[in-house]
Amino acid sequence: MNAKELLNEYLHSGHGCCPGCAMPIVMRTAFQALGERTIAVITAGCFGTISGTFPTSPIKLAAYNTPFASAGAAASGVRAALDVLGDTTTTVLAVAGDGGTFDIGIQAVSAAAERNDDYIYICYDNEAYMNTGIQRSSATPWGAWTTTTPPANLKSQPKKDIVRIMAAHRVPYAATASIAYPDDFIRKIRKAKETRGFKFIYAFSPCPVGWRFSSELTIRLARLAVQTKVFPLYEVEDGERYILNEEPEGTPVSDYLKPQGRFGFLREGDLERIQENVDREWQRLMHRMESRPT
Amino acid sequence: MRKLMTGNSAVSHGVVLSRAQVISAYPITPQTTIVEELSEMCADGRLPAKFIRVESEHSAMACVAAAAATGARVFTATSSHGLAYMHEMLHWVSGTRLPVVMVNANRAIGAPWSIWCDQGDSLSQRDTGWLQLYCQSAQEALDTVIQAYRIAEEILLPVMVLVDGFFLSHTSEPVDIPDQEAVDRFLPPFHPRYKLTPDDPHTFNIMADTSLFISFRHEAQIAMETAKKLAARVDREFKSQFGRGYGLMEKFRCTDAEVVLLTMGTAAGTAREVIDQYRRQGKKVGLCRLRLFRPFPAEALIKTLSGMKKVAVLDRDNSLGAGGIVGQELKAALFRAPRKPKVFEFIAGLGGKDITPETIQKIMETTLHNANPNGAPIWLGVEA
Repeated sequence: MNAKELLNEYLHSGHGCCPGCAMPIVMRTAFQALGERTIAVITAGCFGTISGTFPTSPIKLAAYNTPFASAGAAASGVRAALDVLGDTTTTVLAVAGDGGTFDIGIQAVSAAAERNDDYIYICYDNEAYMNTGIQRSSATPWGAWTTTTPPANLKSQPKKDIVRIMAAHRVPYAATASIAYPDDFIRKIRKAKETRGFKFIYAFSPCPVGWRFSSELTIRLARLAVQTKVFPLYEVEDGERYILNEEPEGTPVSDYLKPQGRFGFLREGDLERIQENVDREWQRLMHRMESRPT
Repeated sequence: MRKLMTGNSAVSHGVVLSRAQVISAYPITPQTTIVEELSEMCADGRLPAKFIRVESEHSAMACVAAAAATGARVFTATSSHGLAYMHEMLHWVSGTRLPVVMVNANRAIGAPWSIWCDQGDSLSQRDTGWLQLYCQSAQEALDTVIQAYRIAEEILLPVMVLVDGFFLSHTSEPVDIPDQEAVDRFLPPFHPRYKLTPDDPHTFNIMADTSLFISFRHEAQIAMETAKKLAARVDREFKSQFGRGYGLMEKFRCTDAEVVLLTMGTAAGTAREVIDQYRRQGKKVGLCRLRLFRPFPAEALIKTLSGMKKVAVLDRDNSLGAGGIVGQELKAALFRAPRKPKVFEFIAGLGGKDITPETIQKIMETTLHNANPNGAPIWLGVEA
């Protein structure tokens, strides 16, 4: 992307995102990479709820809000209508958070992926129900505080591996993406745009309010998540060809956890346990990289 | 062309004649054969539409809603639990002012499980902002689907067409299939004023703040009120073009009647025979089959029923703790009537219990031989 393209702005000011929120950076980057011939389907969640108030909209793309569970199905409807009306070139983009993807929306997303409907689905993962005020989701990591996993009862399950779930549908393209690596992010969005069928982009979205960190640290935490192997950057083609995009430095996971107040209630040994889990997941990912068919 | 077909098949033919462009559905008894036939029609090219086989009714409605917002003419069909599962989306579609047309094959909602007919499924969705048209015959089902698109696309509200499960959905009768050219003249292509397009980008359904939300609802209410006249006009135009019309309600031997039976759907067919029997005995009785339930045609009903002595309402549904839904709506409407008939309420036919000529006779006997209703609706067919 060159400087001129950055002038093509499709997410303007006027949205209600909190200072330091990663999600508008995710959406702004995605919109810029896709361009104006895009229709966005948005569900309830942070982006759906705070992206403007009638009659003004900060979104300069055709956009349709649909109820929480239905992003996967509504985007299929837009795609089908465009196709039947003779427009096969406009990109359809579904946008949902971790709640709308991992939890209440997973049925419709899974069905659309299985049908291999031709659109891009972006999940911005801020690892809890942030729009309603920080309640745990199945994307909340082990050991994290939320308002429904209080200090005496911290989240005691690991998060769902959503990329593996989507890859298991054998979708043509699935990829993780981080705002700390914008070139990689844009390349993936464009690759998704050029690929026919169902595309899943899983974007890491640090949340200063919910994760309890200072709002200037958003990009740094996004980068640390990659460098500590908490959020590896990789792609999966046709559900089986795994490609690693960034070799992490292997920074200790504590560097990523410590700036975040949500991990401030960990007990003795928990830090080591989290490091072990991250290392184990990394080994599993590397195994999938190595066993990819040629 | 005349052809023997089931109510569900008549619906499918109505959808093809209406040139639906995007169909999305999930199977449920007794609706399933509609979408099975439409799948075949899409596959063999009789209907050049996109058919999206979704994983649930919630997704079916979300899918056709978004397709309608993108400018396509859409269709879905469901029954019972499927309709209940759509509930959130039903509100969303009317709020977005999308002209979605859906056929619901009426079936009881469990528990306990029942696959058989009653109208509690659709009547319990009466507040979702959909027009509701109840059919009595396969012919009427086909014709009403075509009418539904005209109404929906003009008023920008969704329309639900109701066929009684099995009694209508699965029984066969001769149906006249109109010529495509005639239907095309009656129903021009769908060109919405606003749609999702990159050529004129707008955000649909963005947050309406506290000062504005009520205005959206008020506009929809005005549209719903207007829909009464529109539905009547569309039906008249249909009649002038195809020779068949049904009105907002179908009146049978009502002109000089003193006692009228009011009901919806296929029970009216049985009731007609019984009314004729009473007429042969010199009893001044009539039948009013309500076709348009939402918006509720209160003025038309007041006009029809004012001056009559008694109305017997046969509800194939029940709102627990309140009574039959048609009965409640009728009583509310009659509150404004200058001369109010006495309203006798009956609940029958729930979960497929047959409404026989004897059932209708019991209703008429009770109504004819009692000066006043005894308060609570009378339930017929309850096993001891």
